Amino acid sequence: MEEKVKSIIEKYGSDKSFIIPILQDIQREFNYLPREALDALSRNLGVPPSLIYHLATFYRAFSLNPKGKYRLNVCMGTACHVRGAPQIADYLERTLDLKAGETSKNLEYSLETVNCLGACALGPILVVNDEYHGQMTIAKTAKVLEGIGAKVEADE
Amino acid sequence: MNKLESMKELASLQEKLRKARDPKKPCIVICAGTGCLAYGTQKLIDNFRAEIKKRNLQGKVDLRTSGCHGFCERGPLVVIHPKEIFYQRVKLDDAAVIIEKTVLNDEIIDRLVYKDPVSGEKILNEHDVPFYKKQTRLIFGQNGQIDPKSIDDYLAIGGYSALAKALGGMKPDGIIQEIIKANLRGRGGGGFPTGWKWDSTRKAKGEPKYVICNADEGDPGAYMDRSLLEGNPHVVLEGMIIGAYAIGSSNGYIYVRNEYPLAVSNITLALERAREYGIIGEDILGSGFSFDVKINRGGGAFVCGESSALFASIEGRVGEPRQKYVHATDRGLFDKPTCLNNVETWANVPLIINRGSDWFSSIGTANSKGTKIFSLVGRINNTGLVEVPMGITLREIVFGIGGGIPKGRKFKAIQTGGPSGGCIPEQMLDMRVDFDELTKVGSMMGSGGMIVMDDRSCMVDVAKYFLKFLEEESCGKCTPCREGVKQMRIILDRITEGKGEESDIELLEWIGSGIIDGSLCALGGTAPNPVLSTIKYFRDEYVAHIRDKKCPAGVCKPLITYSIIKDKCTGCTACARVCPTKAAYGEKKKVHTINKETCIKCGACYDACKFDAILIE
Repeated sequence: MEEKVKSIIEKYGSDKSFIIPILQDIQREFNYLPREALDALSRNLGVPPSLIYHLATFYRAFSLNPKGKYRLNVCMGTACHVRGAPQIADYLERTLDLKAGETSKNLEYSLETVNCLGACALGPILVVNDEYHGQMTIAKTAKVLEGIGAKVEADE
Repeated sequence: MNKLESMKELASLQEKLRKARDPKKPCIVICAGTGCLAYGTQKLIDNFRAEIKKRNLQGKVDLRTSGCHGFCERGPLVVIHPKEIFYQRVKLDDAAVIIEKTVLNDEIIDRLVYKDPVSGEKILNEHDVPFYKKQTRLIFGQNGQIDPKSIDDYLAIGGYSALAKALGGMKPDGIIQEIIKANLRGRGGGGFPTGWKWDSTRKAKGEPKYVICNADEGDPGAYMDRSLLEGNPHVVLEGMIIGAYAIGSSNGYIYVRNEYPLAVSNITLALERAREYGIIGEDILGSGFSFDVKINRGGGAFVCGESSALFASIEGRVGEPRQKYVHATDRGLFDKPTCLNNVETWANVPLIINRGSDWFSSIGTANSKGTKIFSLVGRINNTGLVEVPMGITLREIVFGIGGGIPKGRKFKAIQTGGPSGGCIPEQMLDMRVDFDELTKVGSMMGSGGMIVMDDRSCMVDVAKYFLKFLEEESCGKCTPCREGVKQMRIILDRITEGKGEESDIELLEWIGSGIIDGSLCALGGTAPNPVLSTIKYFRDEYVAHIRDKKCPAGVCKPLITYSIIKDKCTGCTACARVCPTKAAYGEKKKVHTINKETCIKCGACYDACKFDAILIE
């Protein structure tokens, strides 16, 4: 892990002002910000862990916890909101037994919300990994969940 | 690729590329904006490619994947030139039939033609569709003519001529004067005169100077900046280079939201191509002027759209705003003079340089010139991006272009200006839209999001939605915003749970005015707007929640119940099948019932019922 972090730092010429892009690259590499990677970043870039922690918790894009195999992202933009996104989010929370921002213990599912994806014509939108599902209803959401192996109640 | 050494070389390349485009040759244009891609358009593009290859039509039929056309509601969109046949809601396996019938045999495929829902008339050409016809697409119109990944496409429609004109024949002061005379105002929402900003940065002491393109489009429901950056990245770059030359800057940044991967990739590619052509970098087009741009991806913090927070983020710090008694034009990024403009503002610059400030200022109202791109979303028939002249009425936007409210429901309000804006009621639909008029009614232009709401939208819930958003996105540096917004949200929670008190409305207004006065940056300074404007125009709804413990729109869960309208229920069992708690039950072909004890008010039955038999009250 140390080597990987070092090579990312070198890509940015060990310049401290690039710490946010460096963190973005680390996140992309590991799917989250592992503690060891941040320790390595602190040592190799010469910035205190407190600053890294400050950045990592301030910006929404960063996660200190590993993400699930399926990342479910519900758009909570205004257009999706008035078209019923909260019901979709509620349904997902209930069915997956997760709160938004959490990942299931078996690392299968992460439930997230995003403030706007800018694809408002399709609202409400659910994105699973990079695949968009538009004009969602509870019934459609149940189908998507079944498709990724989640246990869905209701139905007969 | 050969570097262009002079303006002359640029002109001859443009001419060559323009001539190479045969206007009579069939060309299939497929919208590949994020909206259409989300419908699965990539598959359609692949199918067209394969079909062209299969029929050996390479060279005879062109295929262009363009940026967003704006009519997202009707995607996937395909336009077939030269006749400009407009197909909408194209199925992913329609490629073969479109090529066979329309491209090769001039036949129209009826089911793909747009039918005007108002008149019922079938409309064949893109420019005749009312959604487009009533717009003035000066900036956004280019999206359909080019492949954003091809700099040659941009050059073929005359791209970078404004840059050549500016570098070749205009003095920096002359350019600034032209922008001042055009009275271009910042499209990011503030509406500050762009020319004056450039002038202050030019005159400020300190080197180097920076120009920044703010593409951290965080307002929920607004996506015009993304569509511009995705669909026409070169027009934004061209504007930035002209601005940098006028200001005397050789360093630029584009700060773009990380949630917009296609925008990041298209602008990155555009930069590389422009660099290869010598349009950006050292000694641009042999003029002696040098300028280059770096791209920064945001970290998903809404507040970073605020200029001083954005600078902090580029510098590698957390995005917290600072006091503004020193202007960014004097000390901005890295404490150096900085000119920051929004994507759409930069995109207006080439237009003004090409066609002159007199022409530009002939469009619009007394103090708001040119056009503005709005994203028209929410409870509206024609969701999409619309570019209209300043001064158009809201009614024309909502009903003329937007086609009104779906399912014949009743218009209630339009929310403009993002989380900092306000809700405008029906009786004000005839107001003219410009920077000053929107501010007068307690809203603002913002970045141009317009969210339409109907009688199923609860205004108290909407106000709560924005406050929740801002509570999360407040950076926490100053107390009025951090604590005040939270307290307002707690009060709204209480009201929407039926625990509101009569004095709550006054309390909200009082806290709101304190936040406006005491906040450090515009995020806090405008945060109470959605609440204050809904109290102003929809006070009745607040009173209904507080006094009668009712949500008239049927949204706030603790205040509503679900039941079945006996006369309408056919006993189809659809509700019982989708109900996650088995609260809806009944025998086949007999009237169903909803158990109020176990109903969690999720809305699944309402979605599933085809007979409007679910009553929410």
